[in-house]
Amino acid sequence: MSELWRLTAHEAHEGLRDEQFTSVELTQSVLDRIAAVEPKVHAYITLTAELALEQAREADAKFASGTATPLTGIPVAVKDLIVTKGVRTTAGSKILENFIPPYSSHVYENLRRAGAVMVGKANMDEFAMGSSTEHSAYGPTHNPWQPGLVPGGSSGGSAAAVAAGEALVALGSDTGGSIRQPAALCGNVGLDPTYGRVSRFGIVAFGSSLDQVGPIGRDVEDVATMLQCIGGHDPRDSTSNPEPMPDMRHYLGRDIKGMKIGVPKEYFIAGMEPGVTARIEEALATLESLGATVDRSLSLPSTDHALAVYYIIAPSEASANLARYDGVKYGFSDRSGPTMWDNMEQTRAQGFGNEVKRRIMLGTYALSAGYYDAYYLKAQKVRTVINNEFAEAFARYDVIVTPTSPTVAFPIGAKVDDPYAMYLNDIYTLPASVAGLPAVSVPCGFSEGLPVGLQIIGNFFDEGRILQVASAYEQAAGFRNLLAG
Amino acid sequence: MTAIATKYETVIGLEVHCQLITRSKMFCSCSADYSGAEPNTHVCPVCLGMPGVLPVINERAIEYITMTGLALNCEISEFSKFDRKNYPYPDLMKGYQISQYDLPVCHDGWLEIEVDDERRRIGIERVHMEEDTARLLHRTDAVTGEGYSLIDVNRSGTPLMEIVSRPDMRTPAEAREYLVRLRQILRYIGVSDANMEEGNFRCDANISLRPVGAERLGTKVEIKNMNSFRAVHDAIAFEEIRQARMLDAGERIVQETRGWVDERGETVSQRTKEEANDYRYFPEPDLPPLKLSRAFAEAVRAKLPELPAAKKERFLALRLSEHEATALTEDRERAAYFEGVSAALGLEPQRSAKLAANWVLGEVARWLNAGQKEIVDFPLGPEQLAGLARLVEDGKVTPNVGKDVFEKMVTNGMDAAAIVEAEGLAQISGEDDLVEAVRRAIAANQKAVDDYRAGKDASIKFLVGQVMRETRGRANAQVVQGLLERELQEND
Ligand SMILES: [Zn+2]
Repeated sequence: MSELWRLTAHEAHEGLRDEQFTSVELTQSVLDRIAAVEPKVHAYITLTAELALEQAREADAKFASGTATPLTGIPVAVKDLIVTKGVRTTAGSKILENFIPPYSSHVYENLRRAGAVMVGKANMDEFAMGSSTEHSAYGPTHNPWQPGLVPGGSSGGSAAAVAAGEALVALGSDTGGSIRQPAALCGNVGLDPTYGRVSRFGIVAFGSSLDQVGPIGRDVEDVATMLQCIGGHDPRDSTSNPEPMPDMRHYLGRDIKGMKIGVPKEYFIAGMEPGVTARIEEALATLESLGATVDRSLSLPSTDHALAVYYIIAPSEASANLARYDGVKYGFSDRSGPTMWDNMEQTRAQGFGNEVKRRIMLGTYALSAGYYDAYYLKAQKVRTVINNEFAEAFARYDVIVTPTSPTVAFPIGAKVDDPYAMYLNDIYTLPASVAGLPAVSVPCGFSEGLPVGLQIIGNFFDEGRILQVASAYEQAAGFRNLLAG
Repeated sequence: MTAIATKYETVIGLEVHCQLITRSKMFCSCSADYSGAEPNTHVCPVCLGMPGVLPVINERAIEYITMTGLALNCEISEFSKFDRKNYPYPDLMKGYQISQYDLPVCHDGWLEIEVDDERRRIGIERVHMEEDTARLLHRTDAVTGEGYSLIDVNRSGTPLMEIVSRPDMRTPAEAREYLVRLRQILRYIGVSDANMEEGNFRCDANISLRPVGAERLGTKVEIKNMNSFRAVHDAIAFEEIRQARMLDAGERIVQETRGWVDERGETVSQRTKEEANDYRYFPEPDLPPLKLSRAFAEAVRAKLPELPAAKKERFLALRLSEHEATALTEDRERAAYFEGVSAALGLEPQRSAKLAANWVLGEVARWLNAGQKEIVDFPLGPEQLAGLARLVEDGKVTPNVGKDVFEKMVTNGMDAAAIVEAEGLAQISGEDDLVEAVRRAIAANQKAVDDYRAGKDASIKFLVGQVMRETRGRANAQVVQGLLERELQEND
């Protein structure tokens, strides 16, 4: 059995179940693939090959004992801000370069309980601050479709690993588009669940009111399976939704006849690449051909403001969340200075990258006495306005469909010195994040040889509906299991 | 009246931080009872502030703060929230403290104090919930002489309640009385040990002066580092003189934080307003707003024990004196013990109360003071003490024998009746049983007899004493005196 890494998770599950191959073989195939392409892609910060093979052996035992689940034995990439007990967790930052957590995140615990195999900790923008994975203290990840280009970010390592066959599925995290945008740029399916659907316990915090863990896979079914595994209530996260999660697989492979799709006009802007526009138009036509009604009269006038809201709220929360990294308790620590205060300052000066410092300063400023009302409080009010606009829209539409990103993958270095241009990359993903709504990006073809993503936004806790649309579209359009190289 | 009091009015507000005695910490499941534990043994990723951890509210702490608010006549907010208070310090594991900024759990209450027979209500502005910090232990390297600090995280994340008064106090004595009453209430309702010396009850004072009759408040100074009620009293007393002298000299009071230096008996400047922190408060995104229904508050109210003020009123209604009622309600345990004794006596209520009060504030208090013990350490149950009190009350033993029996009881734990029985201590009141002893006393003390006959009535007391000695104190003194008078008359 060769090139098992080409399988999707559900295909691999069938093979494991039918004893065509073992998880050890599957995992070894992925590890071999990593050895072959990782020098070009650099999807991982830390590889856990030995651990993976050990977990694969356990998985094989589960199949033998009849206790396997759909994810048992499946090689998974885990974004490096997901805390994994005993396995270094850096969040892409030098300041956590030697941090070995004494505990595990909810999502990793769930993956392990299901018998999934972790092959490594995926690269990311430092503390998830970025849209290109260039802001990693461990070097940039390359887009497997064309090395030299970014994979998107901040979950660029997760998306690149899945696209390159260095993992069958991955976990990423999304604060303003960090799952959907790299999934779009790498030709994957990426889901940002409703805020509160997946426990944040053990997720290194960036913007606490926005952060959400979600899956990246090569088709909709894999993403649904992963969500089923990681979602649901966790008492350790007080913002976690206490409602039980419905069966996501129930929504797959169903028709979408009569479904009402809103297409907001504010999402079709001047800066959008023609190739992206063309693919989105084709996708909308496909959805119509499936019996859905596509209504382009939808207006979400506050869409523009989502960027400003996001770049006040997320950095504000981050400025507090990142205060704990002072070199006193764990992680990188400069102790060469004359006093404790000098050492704390030097630790942070050397331990954080520029983008992180920029956002800490933004957030600190926005929360400062005399500025709080004008920035943070105003942003929260606008956030409510954005929420209300979405609420009105969902009274009329089942889902909202937009492009995921205005561009395809761009060259490494192209925007790294122009933060605002970089921030604009997320304009289509930010509004749903700000509102806490679930959204999925599915591949809808290529432009200039690079993947384009279609975003489907749903109402609160309506992941089933967006997966239903994504699944129907995927079936009709045929863009699934897209492997680069 | 002092010179200060005639010229300036002192305005005092107090902020009290008090640790709640919940089983677990405020936001994690670590045990909050770390006293005596090895450093850093009551810790987990949450209270260590590890990357990725999240807080979960301790419901018991919310119940306790609600109890406190109700006991302090506060409004309980149906909607409140937690906020992050940002400041860097190595004892703050997350780099921010989870506290409450603009929507505390309790607000707008009052606490009654009484100083110099005058009762006054001191306003409570707010009571809010927050987490305590870790503890820094400052050390000096024995070899290099360099200073360094160690961190003990056991205290990190334990529930801390901040009670902020309105600037309603006017004298150091009122400030002390406020703290005494506040501590009493906190202990009564069982939410805190409220022990200032042990650091689980900490107080900062805000103090300003204004000309008598003025409405506008003067510039306030915050005083910290006071570790006893006496220190609070003395620091405020020092500060009002310092500020008065400055004002007299035409100087401006600087808004600042000053620390009380107990050994020197003075306050010293710590930092001025310009150096004050900007805490950049914002709503804690990891915790949804706290919604406390009216039904919840009422359920908590139903669990509130009788508060000291109400208890005192009830004791006064039993015809106990002001002093007795105050002393008996000092702490809940003493009041409960007193009520236990009173109930066990089973006499007419006022009579029972008086008798029980005499014993609890008399022999019991004396015994406790001598051994520096608390009522909870007292070895006799209320029924046992009531048993003894009844024996004395009913004349079964004399008061003096009663005291001896008391001493025996606290030593061996036996019941009074058993001791009296075993040792034959019952009071002798029968004339037939005493007349021989009386006659012997008359026969043996001719001088006292002569003195009595010569009109010295006091001499009879000496003769009573002789009879008492012979009967080892068991004789009923009134019966003895009657017999003596009769015998001496008969032989006239
Ligand atoms: Zn803990």
